Amino acid sequence: MNTVLAFGPIGSNSMLRINCPHCGERDYTEFRYAGDANKARPAHGTGDLKTWHDYVFIFDNPKGPHREYWQHVFGCRQWLILERNTATNITGASQLTDTSRAS
Amino acid sequence: MTRKSHRLPVGGHIDRSQPVSFSLDGRTYSGFAGDSLASALLGQGVQLVGRSFKYHRPRGFLAAGVEEPNGLFTVGQGGRVTPNLAGTSTALYPGLEARCQNAWPSVDFDLMAINSWAAPLLTAGFYYKTFMGPLRGSWMFYEPFIRRAAGLGQAANQADPDRYERRHAYTDVAVIGSGAAGLAAALSAAQAGARVMLIEQDWLLGGGLLSSSDSGEEQWRRQVIGQLQTLPNVELLTNTTALGLYDGNTLALVEKHDHERPDPQRGQAREVVITLHAKSIIFATGAIERPLVFANNDRPGVMLASAIGTYVNRYAVSFGERALIACNNDSAHRVALDLAATGLKVTLAEQRLELNPKSTELLKKAGVAVLTGTQVAYVLGQKSLTSARLRRITDNTELTVECDVLGMSGGWNPVVHLTSHTGIKPNYSPELDAFVPGGYASGHFGVGLINGTFGLRAAISEAAGIGRKAAMATGHSASNGAVPTLEGTDHSYSFEALPQAVAGKHGKAFLDFQNDVTTKDVDQAHDEGYVSVEHLKRYTTLGMGTDQGKTSNINAISRMAHLRDLEIPVAGTTTFRPPYTPVSLGALVGRHVKHHFRPIRRSPLHDWHAANGGAFIEAGPWLRAWYYQWAGNSAEAAYLEEMKLVRSAVGLSDVSTLGKIDVQGPDAAEFLNRVYVNGFAKLPVGKARYGVMLNDDATVLDDGTTARFSDTQFFMTTTTAQAAEVMSRLEFLLQTAWPDLKVNITSLTDQWAGMCVAGPKARAVLEAALPVTDVSDAALPHMGVREVSFNGVALRILRLSFSGELAYELYVPADCGIALWEHLLRAGQSFGIRPYGLEALASLRIEKGHAAGLELDHRTTLDDLGLGKMASKEKDFVGRELRLRDGLQDSNRWSLVGIECLEPNARLRGGAILFAASDELKGHGRGYITSVTWSVELNKYIALGLYHGGLRHVGEEIICAFPLKQETVRARIVSPIFIDASGARLHA
Repeated sequence: MNTVLAFGPIGSNSMLRINCPHCGERDYTEFRYAGDANKARPAHGTGDLKTWHDYVFIFDNPKGPHREYWQHVFGCRQWLILERNTATNITGASQLTDTSRAS
Repeated sequence: MTRKSHRLPVGGHIDRSQPVSFSLDGRTYSGFAGDSLASALLGQGVQLVGRSFKYHRPRGFLAAGVEEPNGLFTVGQGGRVTPNLAGTSTALYPGLEARCQNAWPSVDFDLMAINSWAAPLLTAGFYYKTFMGPLRGSWMFYEPFIRRAAGLGQAANQADPDRYERRHAYTDVAVIGSGAAGLAAALSAAQAGARVMLIEQDWLLGGGLLSSSDSGEEQWRRQVIGQLQTLPNVELLTNTTALGLYDGNTLALVEKHDHERPDPQRGQAREVVITLHAKSIIFATGAIERPLVFANNDRPGVMLASAIGTYVNRYAVSFGERALIACNNDSAHRVALDLAATGLKVTLAEQRLELNPKSTELLKKAGVAVLTGTQVAYVLGQKSLTSARLRRITDNTELTVECDVLGMSGGWNPVVHLTSHTGIKPNYSPELDAFVPGGYASGHFGVGLINGTFGLRAAISEAAGIGRKAAMATGHSASNGAVPTLEGTDHSYSFEALPQAVAGKHGKAFLDFQNDVTTKDVDQAHDEGYVSVEHLKRYTTLGMGTDQGKTSNINAISRMAHLRDLEIPVAGTTTFRPPYTPVSLGALVGRHVKHHFRPIRRSPLHDWHAANGGAFIEAGPWLRAWYYQWAGNSAEAAYLEEMKLVRSAVGLSDVSTLGKIDVQGPDAAEFLNRVYVNGFAKLPVGKARYGVMLNDDATVLDDGTTARFSDTQFFMTTTTAQAAEVMSRLEFLLQTAWPDLKVNITSLTDQWAGMCVAGPKARAVLEAALPVTDVSDAALPHMGVREVSFNGVALRILRLSFSGELAYELYVPADCGIALWEHLLRAGQSFGIRPYGLEALASLRIEKGHAAGLELDHRTTLDDLGLGKMASKEKDFVGRELRLRDGLQDSNRWSLVGIECLEPNARLRGGAILFAASDELKGHGRGYITSVTWSVELNKYIALGLYHGGLRHVGEEIICAFPLKQETVRARIVSPIFIDASGARLHA
């Protein structure tokens, strides 16, 4: 009877595990999802409506590999880029978006 | 009254020394420890236990396991009532109170059985045809009657007093099912050194072995369980069902302790949902027997052959004197032998013409009358079985066989539910005439009947190999012993697909027992043009309900395929979805009830409010002070007194819930300058500024005041509602978009208590409270800020106002909050200071025309709120470009207006729809009211709202319609700033 137990956070219905580069592997319910990380945010000061329009409103909805933003809200609060296959939910590598700030 | 026992004198997995008393519909019965509710009833001779869903036909148990469609009960009392429990998988416990369902007044005399006579009206598509056509409007009238006549049990109408838990578990190898294959696989994987979790839905381990009369098999079962129990790396979970398989080798399990009646007061959980993360999964889920399709195949006494085997061997139930076994395969022969061994006169009606000679010899030796090439045409008897009419396939001659019980076996369906949950469609196997898993994902394995491996010895050997393989996949390859072998040789298994039953004139032939779907319904659906199995299911309700078609789907698909002249795999199968068996809402909810569902946040001043007449209201996750008793006994009365106090003298309110963010670093000013629409780069030290930030799409994200305490340090406040969102958004921008900015941000919401002193006498109160601090207008002008030390504690004073009066916000470390609050009340006593709550706070801002949460709903833009002039033209800010979209600049968009009520005896209501005076009152109108208050200053109802064209309509009369209360009220559009438009009070 030596099963390792862990109690999930509020709302836990974990079917996904995410490797936080800062904290290690955690239940996905500790994270918040924030969309496609392939899209580069236009540089601050970009004065082109079309560029902002495409960034804010035009999304791919790929089936398969996807790079996406997640924030470890119930952990280190770092934003990270996670590789996740949208068809299988298999997660791959993850990296912090801002290595200069992670301590 | 004693009842005749229908039990065998010896044998079975029941404890005859432990009688268990229980009740059904108020009558007391007795079973034994180890019984299911179903076996206990059968042991007392109770065969009629329910009425069918639509036709109210008498029904008995069809099965002995989770696939049971008929024998459903409502169990328990009060808040512990659980409807629709299958008696076959409900463990008996002392004092169990069960009630039959879907019969009135009783199962024995059911008035609703009239439906049997109205049956022609109730065929496939009854609901659609009757209530989607001309009678559509009558649904509301008929619904209660139909729901009552056609339905299952009713849920509890009281709160559930029990406790439910959730946990996560991790293992190397999960084995689902503890029949021979599951036991062997688990032991083999454990011997290889892997951590193993064996999951069994029953309360006993052994699966089909428990229904065996073979002592060698029972000995093997005990031996293997004994070995598993000694291994430290094995966890045995009984009463635990694998409900679903999800991504990442994750299984959802539910562990039930109903029969133990756990005590919630002692923290014991009735059910636990376990999220199991397994590296490898072995499916040893077995197979479920198929019924045969003949007229009146739903009569009490007609059962699956394997179920009879289970009742006889596991529960030692005896069944009358004469039995008929009807089958198309070898598995039911063992049941015939077992029944003959208990002394019954047994007839075997075999569909096949040729049988294995060894089988025939065994059957004859046991005295079983064997009729080959014979099928059941129909059975006779209403509430119990009397006889069956058999028909020879070769010459269609018929004969009658008297029987008390009929066991039917149309072959076996592997339990492919779990393996199908992740989207792997099952494959049709012509050899089994059934669906088998369409493949196994990496790390998944199947053993035993799920693969169509019928012989026990073959399954054990297969499972021993797979168990080791699964362990090796998790990095374990030790060799600590071997799986015991089972002596003897396997029984042969062969099978012949069923020909299609011909629905005759002798009664309905059921495909789906629970939903009363007959061959005729499928035929009718086909005639009406239904071709997809998924549509067939929804049109006829086949395969729905608590059993989800575990005994019915294949027979129905087979019939549909036959009608369309297709092979079964072309006809297809319906989709298997979790949960495998019904799961209670309590288990899914777990501990997420009450404050565990939503934790309550309390201000650091909460205890003071509670002790001093504060009434509370939920505001998002916060419990906030709503109003205070000094001002009245209801919010309606009190907030007006509190508003008057602030307008005329001075009040004190708790603003600790505001979001507070510390922004520090050399680039802090530049950062704020980017996120706020207005300029912050040049905000002087010692000053605060009101700012608005936008989402990327240019809707307003939040507003608040940010103060500068040094060149590199700012103190940002956000609205209570958006505090978390703003923090996360700022982190996103800093970490992903602007990592070059040297800024750190930290949430200080919980670290600082905040309070607001507001009113014409606010400065006087501060002067009295903080004698050594200069708070004069010169030293601390409007929007001025100071950080001082008060009694050795950091105190931040921000002169800013939400109410429109002279006001100061004071912040101290949270644990000093009450001390400062009380100090201010003491110091301000002579000026009449008293606390005011959220209702007054929110109403004062309406008089002043400040937008708040109700207006900042992520749909309004800066211009909608009349704040367009704040947007800097000198610099870029988040949302600048998209704000200039044509649609958002349209002058007919709705924008913020003030509304004053023109009818003295009427009131305005939040959410009221606004129309111009000349408009017809229909549709969505020109806007709506967002916030309403009674104005103590103007003595009338006033409101803020959004109105197309906004302030261009100032002075126009409008109609505020509130259709829910059938109210229309005349009002006028005015400036949203109802008081002190010049701001004289602020600068006083």
